Amino acid sequence: MTVRFTLNGVPVSIESSGSRRLLDVLREDLGKTGTKEGCGEGECGACSVLIDGEVVDSCLVAVGQVEGRNVLTVEGLAAPNGELSRLQQAFIEHGAAQCGICTPGMLLAAHVLLQRATQPTGDQVREALAGNLCRCTGYTKIIEAVLSCTT
Amino acid sequence: MHDVTYLRPTDLKDAVRLYRSTPECRPLAGGTDLMVMLHAGTFRPAPRAVLDVWSIPELKGVRRTQGMLEIGAAESYTGMIRSRDAHEHAPALVAAARTIGAAQIQNRGTLGGNLANASPAGDTLPVLLAYDAVVVTDRRAIPIDQFFTGYRRTALQPDELIVAVRIPLGRHVAFRKVGTRAAQAISKVVMAVSRSPARVAIGSVAEVPLRAARAEAALARNDAAGAVGAVADDIRPINDVRSTAAYRRAVTQNVLRELLHAPPRP
Amino acid sequence: MSSTTPQPAVGRSVPRREGADKVAGRTRYTDDIAVQGAWYGKTVRSTLPKGRVRSIALDPAFDWGRVVVVTADDIPGENVVHLIRDDQPVLAPNEGEIRHREEPILLLAAPDRALLDDAAHHIRIEYETAEPVYTLDQATEVFSTIEIRKGEVPEDVEDVEAVVERTFQVGLQEQLYIEPQGAIAIPEPDGAIKVIGSLQCPYYVHRALKRALNLTDEQAIVVQAETGGGFGGKEEYPSIVAIHAALLARKAGRPVRLIYDRHEDLAATTKRHPGVIRHRTGVKKDGTLLFQDIEIVLDGGAYCTLTPVVFSRAAIHAAGAYSCPNVRIQARAAATNTPPNGAFRGFGAPQSLFAAELMVEHVAERLGMSSVDLRRKWMLRVGDTTATGQKLTESVGSELVLDAALKAASTVQPSNRPTVRRGRGLSLVFHGSGFTGSGEKKLQGTIALEALPDGTFRILTASTEIGQGTKTIFCQLAADALGVGLDQVVLAPQDTSLVPDSGPTVASRTAMIVGRLVQDAATALKQRLKREAPPLRVEKAYIQPDSVHWDETTYRGDAYPVYAWACTIVDVDVDTTTGEVHVTDLVTAVDCGKALHPVMAEGQIEGGSLQAVGWATIEEIKVKDGGYQNDRLATYLIPTALDAPRIRTILVENPYSRGPFGAKGIGELPMDGPAPAIIAAIHDATGVWLDEIPATPEKVLAALNGTRETGNGKQS
Repeated sequence: MTVRFTLNGVPVSIESSGSRRLLDVLREDLGKTGTKEGCGEGECGACSVLIDGEVVDSCLVAVGQVEGRNVLTVEGLAAPNGELSRLQQAFIEHGAAQCGICTPGMLLAAHVLLQRATQPTGDQVREALAGNLCRCTGYTKIIEAVLSCTT
Repeated sequence: MHDVTYLRPTDLKDAVRLYRSTPECRPLAGGTDLMVMLHAGTFRPAPRAVLDVWSIPELKGVRRTQGMLEIGAAESYTGMIRSRDAHEHAPALVAAARTIGAAQIQNRGTLGGNLANASPAGDTLPVLLAYDAVVVTDRRAIPIDQFFTGYRRTALQPDELIVAVRIPLGRHVAFRKVGTRAAQAISKVVMAVSRSPARVAIGSVAEVPLRAARAEAALARNDAAGAVGAVADDIRPINDVRSTAAYRRAVTQNVLRELLHAPPRP
Repeated sequence: MSSTTPQPAVGRSVPRREGADKVAGRTRYTDDIAVQGAWYGKTVRSTLPKGRVRSIALDPAFDWGRVVVVTADDIPGENVVHLIRDDQPVLAPNEGEIRHREEPILLLAAPDRALLDDAAHHIRIEYETAEPVYTLDQATEVFSTIEIRKGEVPEDVEDVEAVVERTFQVGLQEQLYIEPQGAIAIPEPDGAIKVIGSLQCPYYVHRALKRALNLTDEQAIVVQAETGGGFGGKEEYPSIVAIHAALLARKAGRPVRLIYDRHEDLAATTKRHPGVIRHRTGVKKDGTLLFQDIEIVLDGGAYCTLTPVVFSRAAIHAAGAYSCPNVRIQARAAATNTPPNGAFRGFGAPQSLFAAELMVEHVAERLGMSSVDLRRKWMLRVGDTTATGQKLTESVGSELVLDAALKAASTVQPSNRPTVRRGRGLSLVFHGSGFTGSGEKKLQGTIALEALPDGTFRILTASTEIGQGTKTIFCQLAADALGVGLDQVVLAPQDTSLVPDSGPTVASRTAMIVGRLVQDAATALKQRLKREAPPLRVEKAYIQPDSVHWDETTYRGDAYPVYAWACTIVDVDVDTTTGEVHVTDLVTAVDCGKALHPVMAEGQIEGGSLQAVGWATIEEIKVKDGGYQNDRLATYLIPTALDAPRIRTILVENPYSRGPFGAKGIGELPMDGPAPAIIAAIHDATGVWLDEIPATPEKVLAALNGTRETGNGKQS
């Protein structure tokens, strides 16, 4: 079937079985390899993307389900001219990315939180990131980075 | 899962028609269970088609209707967490929703999915039991205490779609989930308790989410301590990868004691 | 070179070299690399834990035309995964022995995944079964033994004022790097094979490939892709993935991708060694330490892998960070029919230090003393000798870290929840930086540094970036030693056809040992540049100082060049309703010599500390019929952001003269301290002593109810 949706602000149209995982379509058909597969069962959050502004695990979404929707991946966080967002900058400055494999998903989960709450508490940050596993940082620097972006 | 046909109905009527006419078809909502099983090839028998009910307008929303709180079968847990009506009339359900997975799962998980999947560990299921919820399908209303018929088996007909869940108003239900981790955890014991009427509903302690009959009888006599003692005979916990029967038994009693504010053991 | 002196880079938390790519999603990990025409590979594994392959049959009704099948008969070289011992086959041969239930038997490749899965269902393997061994009690085959002796441990202890005996147990742990194992093999002209993979040690893989595929040095090319975490899990296992991918690529005559999914990674790859550690400690009533008698038994699993080295480190650290005149440490590693255990951050030391630290608590309790005071009395200081007889001459941070941690920890407030008990525990640990004994001498890790005609400098090393900051730190070290700006230094890719063998990226050795080589090469290059013009190249290989002595046969001497030290204080909430333990706060003071990059040093410590919290509390692997039951992320639980404690790190700088700018290796150290501190905190909260980790809610609740039997008697 043909599935049409908006990816990082750009309309895309793909031919695919509607039951394929959004994750696979992003990585294999659309070359968006910033979205990672860590477990394939919605436990690690490495494949997190935003659909209409809500964070989801793209391994749990059938691509047919994004027809007509807005999908944002890590590649869409920077400005069109490539300038990194404040949150991305903060991740670098605070050492929130170590091996980097959880970073794209972590950024998207944090991005949603900052859109919703301009002054989140540390506990709110932890809750917002609880679906994204990280094994390198102990989460400390990630939480610091997110808190540094509050207005 | 490459050869699974994807069907997207436009509305409830279309969904019912497609579901009745497509063999070996499973409803797909948020995909939090089904997509995992399809990808891993562990869904038996393997479906040939999925019916995407996620975006059907009639299956969305949280609303007051006929003196009940009605929640669309494909409404997300996040939708419940953000609903003022849900907070007011079914706070225990909101509490349960907040313990499910984390943001990613709460954004996709649904009551319809939790019910159809019928896992004994389904986090909302004891809450629905404690509220005496009603499962509304495309053809009838099923009282929740008649819904679970065996391990991952339900009273649904093969071509019957869950449309909504209705919860009676005005009941106080206490909830607690025990799952080792603060997020992204599958419950080892999950419990919802109402004092009046007496309801003690527990998950992960038997092959189905169950109502603890002996404990409820004691509670109906206002004998909280008796309920804590009796609940051990109501449950059938097992040893598995997540926990042990002994632990589940002890924690079931401890959690019930805590939820009932029963006096500590002598 | 500019005439103005650039701002020093060392000691500053400069941006991570590859940071912008990582946050922008541009970084290519192995599975992100598209290779034209590549097929997908798959490993077919045993389904029984012990036995023999009787026959392998391919279903004749299935169309095998578009599938490549590799068996042991297709191995051009030796059927051995090269490591310490030659016991592990690449693939179990026909009639060959099966030693664990994830034993690879054959390999498949196909142009698409559906066909691959389909093909796997059309293979029939017949076995002859044998009786497996799962427990250390039953194990008869011993991989190796070690005995460390210092002074004389008395057999007759009648006159000793107090003798405390205790047995401890530690469980399996999965590294759980978020990027699973994977490799892509690409056949090249002239019989060469290039493997791009997620790995820590390019030259381990290089040697393994050469041997199994019968390749020359030049024919085996190993390239590290950006690697999504390692923690030791990508030290030795990637050799297997790489050989398998290469065998498939060779037979298919085209590139093959072999990427594990999480289930396979959890089920089949190496874990931290579980074990049993017994202590018998003799003291005077005033706390004077008289003797330590220690026995360590580790479970190596089915094959030797790195077990002898892991348990060597376990044995050397077994007496803890303390000075004792009489020590006996007897260690052995035994074989069982579970998947092989291997490298994991800490490498045996967390296991033995867990027991050593809890012994301090038990002795203190017996004597009615504060365990902090006892630590002060016992701790190693400059001039003291360790269990191997190593005299500590410099950079001994024991007291510094103890004081710093105690000063930083606030007072414990009681919980306001009636069913929650709060408690605090402390530990003091040390960890040898670099390879054990003569390891560095034998290895002679080498790096090169080039001055290029355009005025920039290039570091050539096989040391890998796996998140810990190698790329950034090496550039900082070179820039400062050269006196140039950080932007003038680059790092060559970790490709064995380009870079020399710097040794593996393990054992807390990269910053300290290899980093010092970078610094020394830069210093030498700076001298040469006064007289010569680029291009220039300087190579540096490790030379063991004459003052370092190690006797491998007696286990006497300088076990490590130096030690890093840490004191950790944890606060826990124990829920008496559920037995759940939540570590709420963790303060850790670490003597790192010199913090080359404070933010990255803290990052290492925080990440390692949480990994240790997981090991101590919720990370559990249950073994059933020789297989791991917790073989999915839904059942193997690691801490989430909501579970993680508030972590406070205090970096104590106590320079080491041979480290780069004084730095010592700290990659593994944070794995050592939290577990015993947590068990002590649970005791502080509840009065119950656990002797086993993970301290799962099941164990804690049983202990609280007095229904848990342990080797040390019923707990109450």
